[in-house]
Amino acid sequence: MTESHAELKGVTRIYPASGSQGEVHALGPVDLALRRGEFFTVVGPSGCGKSTLLDVLAGLARPSAGMATFEGRDLNGQVPDGVGAVFQEDSSFPWLNVADNIAFGLRRAGTEAAEIARRVDYALGFMGLADFARAFPAQLSGGMRQRVCIARTLVLQPRLILLDEPFGALDAQTRLLMGDELLRLWRETKATILLITHALDEAAMLSDRVGAMSARPGRFIETLATGWTADRDSRIVSDTRFGEITARLWSLLRDESLRAIGRETKR
Amino acid sequence: MSRVAWLRLAVILGLIGLLEALCRLGVINRFTMIPPSDMAEALIKLLQQAKMRAHIGETLRNVAIAFVLSVSGGFVAGVVIRAFPRFRLALDPLLATWYAVPFFMFYPLLIVIFGLGDLPVIMVGVAFAAVAMIIATLNGLDRIPPVLRKVARLHRLSAPRRALLIDLPCAAPYLLTGVKLGLAYSFIGVIASEFIMSGSGLGHEIAFAYNNFDNRTMYGLMLFVIVVVTAANMALHVYEQRQIRKRSRG
Repeated sequence: MTESHAELKGVTRIYPASGSQGEVHALGPVDLALRRGEFFTVVGPSGCGKSTLLDVLAGLARPSAGMATFEGRDLNGQVPDGVGAVFQEDSSFPWLNVADNIAFGLRRAGTEAAEIARRVDYALGFMGLADFARAFPAQLSGGMRQRVCIARTLVLQPRLILLDEPFGALDAQTRLLMGDELLRLWRETKATILLITHALDEAAMLSDRVGAMSARPGRFIETLATGWTADRDSRIVSDTRFGEITARLWSLLRDESLRAIGRETKR
Repeated sequence: MSRVAWLRLAVILGLIGLLEALCRLGVINRFTMIPPSDMAEALIKLLQQAKMRAHIGETLRNVAIAFVLSVSGGFVAGVVIRAFPRFRLALDPLLATWYAVPFFMFYPLLIVIFGLGDLPVIMVGVAFAAVAMIIATLNGLDRIPPVLRKVARLHRLSAPRRALLIDLPCAAPYLLTGVKLGLAYSFIGVIASEFIMSGSGLGHEIAFAYNNFDNRTMYGLMLFVIVVVTAANMALHVYEQRQIRKRSRG
């Protein structure tokens, strides 16, 4: 786990002025080196640029300054092969059933029908959706729809999985269970995962390392190694170390969150 | 058939039966309306006349042309208008008030421009129907969640593939509403303009029969229009409901 898989070097993202809104310095400068196969989580106050960071790493946004690389190649605002992302908003396709949703990317890539069927079957089973292959997203719960989106990403076998608060809309118990599934997925795929979340307990439970960001413009104020073994699951919430990590994260973020709220109140 | 469908059918049959009874009993004067069974009989006889079949064919052809032009043109216009937000802002009041203007008052102008015949009739149909499709296209495209655009980029779809694989299916329920309205408005526009701007077609034949107190022909043709329009709209409605059911919590 020492090789750098994806990297941000001095990345800044400034949104140009539009209408009555002046220029917004959303992110950076930020440096981040994701090790191959690690589970890295980013936490930070609202509006600190976490999603912008993810967009830059996915190649969905071009940095205003600095450089984003994946497997040594400069992204420059282009989505590279081998990167998948899941967002907080439901991004399942309502006009396709679960199996067709999952197969979407494979069909676009021209994968053979037999291989599509094999991978989709595997993903359906892995994500606990086997009984819902012919169901449409509207017939599923929010958690199941997110699993569909994760499965759609998973079948493409990405080497870097970016997750932007994928469980943000779910209740606490479902989130813990989804966390377990995510850890299982991570162990199985051996992919590098970058998770963005507001939930400090989620970050403390799931991650190898947690990066805490400052209020806007977001910078990393500290990166914390959790020291968990790879076979962890949600039962570690009863571990004293879990409480210590969560407390440490909160002590790092409390002032930043107050700053963010203060800034929002003044506006 | 569901219970609601049976109930709906019973209501329709009940109303027809009531009308039949009122006409037969003389409560409704025969100069005002003939019984529905006579309308059906008159229609069957009319359909056996080659001349009448030609009129019907002409109207259906004009409706089909107006429908295809308004749906395809309205869709393309909607896409173009949406691509230019300032242009759209300027057009918004016009689109919002389009159906408030009694369009047929312009018929003398249309006769001057297009003359009498099929062209002005089709143009009125298109003018009536295209705006509904433009509005439906704008609504549909506005409602595509931005996150789906991100997903499209992650799958590295080109703009045409994104339009085909994501934008179109996502906006489909709204577009279908536009298609449904487009069909209804094409019928209204074409048949109504045949009343005043044409020497042939169903609208002209209905008006001619009315002016000559030929109630059997008039009601026979009216029945034909009602049956065709209802059947076409029902077919689209059933398809639309199936699509909506697929996308709504069941």
